Amino acid sequence: MSVSETERKISAAFSEDVLESHEFRGDSTIVVKKERIREILLFLRDDPEFRYNFVMDITAVDYLERSPRFEVVYHLYSLSYNRRLRVKVPVSLEDANIDSSATVWEASDWMEREVYDMYGITFKGHPNMKRILLYEEFKGHPLRKDYPIRKRQPLIGPDN
Amino acid sequence: MGVERGKSLITPAGSELDSAESVLGDSVIFTKLDDVVNWGRKYSFFLYPFITACCGMEFMSAAGPRYDIDRFGAALPRFSPRQADLLLVVGTISHKQAPILVKIYNQMTEPKWVFAFGVCVCSGGFYDNYATVQGIDTLIPVDVYVPGCPPRPEMVLDGLIRLQEKVVKSKWNDFPRGEARVSKRSFPDKAEKA
Repeated sequence: MSVSETERKISAAFSEDVLESHEFRGDSTIVVKKERIREILLFLRDDPEFRYNFVMDITAVDYLERSPRFEVVYHLYSLSYNRRLRVKVPVSLEDANIDSSATVWEASDWMEREVYDMYGITFKGHPNMKRILLYEEFKGHPLRKDYPIRKRQPLIGPDN
Repeated sequence: MGVERGKSLITPAGSELDSAESVLGDSVIFTKLDDVVNWGRKYSFFLYPFITACCGMEFMSAAGPRYDIDRFGAALPRFSPRQADLLLVVGTISHKQAPILVKIYNQMTEPKWVFAFGVCVCSGGFYDNYATVQGIDTLIPVDVYVPGCPPRPEMVLDGLIRLQEKVVKSKWNDFPRGEARVSKRSFPDKAEKA
């Protein structure tokens, strides 16, 4: 199924939520709004023509100069059809939260914790929204583009 | 090892009493306590492989049959710090892991040596970022540094031999070294956990 057909099918079910779609070298990407993201992901998982039952990765990108600043990226894979899809969701800094997909796929639990840890985007409805890689007292979110690249926060030992 | 043969230290020269060598022959060796203790220590390192990352693969390779560390007597890993004497820090140490490393070092009994395996442990490696300790010598005293990403097993064996040479030169009052003198940071806004 090409990406334009995918976009058409999702727009038919969720009108006005799909912002754009493109395909490059075999990689299909659609960009959707974040308001109904959980229903869209459920639709992508459960619809018999899509069956994206495997979430490969959830990550985020920080476009510092752009508004909305962040983009949460879901990489989905369909085991039945051997098809991949990238879903990008723009998220702004002032409203840095998005619905959690932890109930859609079990694996998104830890992936969303990593996105929170590194970018500070909270996931509403997540069962355990805590930092996963850094220690709890760490201040800031290091993969944001305005975190100073060599700033270390040691628990023990000298400051650098 | 300092061996003094044919010279008796107890009976005066020319006395009629037999010296120990003439009675016992070659079954007696005279040496210094420092020397024999260091000889025993250098040929019987009990490793604590504190492995966190990719350098662990080269440690496994050095411990395997081709580049054997068993030849140097350093075969047996002991995963309890009370039973080990050589802390092999292998792999990147993050700031989250640093207190754990210092705790393990403090729990080890004297005499103890620290072997910095790999460039992440020596200096932070190429991880000049928010998460990595820039060299564990900011936390604990290190005896041998073996750089490399990862170091070849031959470099590890070279480091082990240099550590043995260091042990040969060590004196009785080098140990105990005591706890690692590292400052802990306080986090005043962290709530006390019950």
